[in-house]
Amino acid sequence: MKLWLPFAASAGALLAVASFVGAGWDAPPVASEQIGFRGTGMVHHRDVETEAALKAANVAPPAPWEADPSGDKASALYQNVQVLGHLSGDQFNQLMASITEWVAPEAGCNYCHNPENLASDEVYQKVVARRMIQMTQTINVDWKAHVAQTGVTCYTCHRGKAVPAEVWSIDLEPKPAGNMTQNRDGQNVVAKYAGNSSLPQNVLVNYLLDNKSIRVHSTTALPTGKNLTGTKETEATWSLMVHMSESLGVNCMACHNSRAFNDWDQSPPQRVTAWHGIQMARHLNADYMQGLTPIFPANRKGPEGDVLKIGCATCHNGVQKPLYGVSMLKDYVDALVVKGPTGIPNYSTYIPGKTQVLDSAAAPVTQP
Amino acid sequence: MAQYQNIITPIQVSGPAEEGMPLPRGDSPRTGKPFFVRLFGIIGNAQIGPIYLGYLGTLSLVFGFIGFEIIGLNMLASVGWDPIQFVRQLFWLGLEPPAAKYGLKVLPPLAEGGWWLIAGFFLTLSVLLWWVRVYRRARQLEMGTHVAWAFAAAIWLFLVLGFIRPLLMGNFSEAVPFGIFPHLDWTAAFSIRYGNLYYNPFHCLSIVFLYGSVLLFAMHGATILAVGKYGGERELEQITDRGTASERAALFWRWTMGFNATMESVHRWAWWFAILTPLTGGIGILLTGTVVDNWYLWGVNHGLVSPLPDMWPNVVDPAQ
Repeated sequence: MKLWLPFAASAGALLAVASFVGAGWDAPPVASEQIGFRGTGMVHHRDVETEAALKAANVAPPAPWEADPSGDKASALYQNVQVLGHLSGDQFNQLMASITEWVAPEAGCNYCHNPENLASDEVYQKVVARRMIQMTQTINVDWKAHVAQTGVTCYTCHRGKAVPAEVWSIDLEPKPAGNMTQNRDGQNVVAKYAGNSSLPQNVLVNYLLDNKSIRVHSTTALPTGKNLTGTKETEATWSLMVHMSESLGVNCMACHNSRAFNDWDQSPPQRVTAWHGIQMARHLNADYMQGLTPIFPANRKGPEGDVLKIGCATCHNGVQKPLYGVSMLKDYVDALVVKGPTGIPNYSTYIPGKTQVLDSAAAPVTQP
Repeated sequence: MAQYQNIITPIQVSGPAEEGMPLPRGDSPRTGKPFFVRLFGIIGNAQIGPIYLGYLGTLSLVFGFIGFEIIGLNMLASVGWDPIQFVRQLFWLGLEPPAAKYGLKVLPPLAEGGWWLIAGFFLTLSVLLWWVRVYRRARQLEMGTHVAWAFAAAIWLFLVLGFIRPLLMGNFSEAVPFGIFPHLDWTAAFSIRYGNLYYNPFHCLSIVFLYGSVLLFAMHGATILAVGKYGGERELEQITDRGTASERAALFWRWTMGFNATMESVHRWAWWFAILTPLTGGIGILLTGTVVDNWYLWGVNHGLVSPLPDMWPNVVDPAQ
């Protein structure tokens, strides 16, 4: 008769345990730091245990050796050096050794090079790597508003992996049934790039690739009829904001006074940095990642066939300043804080396994 | 003597079930043979049934079921008819209203909000029929219609959110989606888009009445339980006598805060607080986006916003 009682009690107990263990709470101790005016709730909370794990996982590796800038240039020593020819032989080899450790520590040089002919462009990874070096240079030279003097290296994103762990691509899963049933309007399933919320799941395409306007607020108290955004656009913006928050391990208050999210006068300076970060991600995805679409094989693309793209987490990896703000650039200033030609090479002629020299210089230069 | 001062009702009356008074001609018969559930008796009346459904109740349930099914099946379709994803993501799933481009079109494509409108239509019909039923049952028992009007206050908020405000805004895209997380996301997005509902005075009023309702409910419930050993739950029959539970309860509050509600007025207070919660809330929603576009800035203009020192004078909008 009363058999249901133990069942109900067990189910309740399981649910209670699951909600404590499985929900990913920030368990105490939590370190809190006031970052705004008193009474505004502008406090940065850090889970002390998570913080310890993050600190251990985000350590900048030292350079393999100190490079000698004197001697013959790489362009004279080696063939088909299109981007790094201005380096000395020692600087060039030091960067190659570093890249191997940063990107393909197990596969080694052969991940990008044909060991019979290191100069050949026939391995597609080499073509990608060249473009990525150009991208790194662009970031360090043109996007100081976001990366400041700290800058980035390959390691900022790659962390010893050929494909950075935190990249994004178009996510349509689980696909709606179609026909006459609702198409769910791009939301209302677990959005993996928006903190597993039910917010729109593909907004990074709109904001970190395309130029869709992020701002939804009206700047007048009363309606003027000019602001056509509604709650749907707001949810999309919010989805981007959750992506940023999750990527950096911060809450809204890192950049906003939540009483008036849109008001710059009440925003901490981090919001300006973040604004430039959004512009930077757009530029990098549109010019560098998207441009490489013809080069990547299908298994290096997302499930919908688009290239893997850069989000905030790609560099930040859950930390407000990537690698806790430690700059790795001092050992690579000549290699990575310079800028050469940045136009997208003409990849349409590229044949993997065959093309010996993909000439970037001859390619049409399209400056953003 | 009944002892109702405990957390649960310790004494349950058992006996022949109460069938209720005979119904006049033209009314459907009550449905179901009454029975007793001891568990229900702990928190309320142990007798279950008979229920009066009538054609209003039956139609209301049917329409409600249709709306519920449209929402549920569309949620299932939104994960490609996958039952595992349906269970795993149930709280995430929803049914979205049509996009703004469809305006007030009566039936946009089913895949793009058409189903939302149909589900909303049936749910509204269901709720309205249930309201008529509540009203008619009250009249039939020669009661007042206070319950119906309290219910109407809730329906007002429901209709403002899903129908009246969309009509004023000229499209249904801002109506609330169906779904657990989706409707919560909507709530927060609505506040963010319109510059923080915190500064909407009708939102303030609604919260006052909501929390006020809670306070009144706690005070009244506690008072009646506290005089349970004098039969305080039999409120009205005690009003005129001295030394009763009723008089002690009144004296308690007069001594504590110098003023006391009466056995009748405390319910009037509770009723008004309860119905004013969705009534004022609905007004606040109705004004949002139609009359006021940014409540924070409205609050600045009307002295609601406390000024803060400029903590970061160097921060300017980089887009300008």
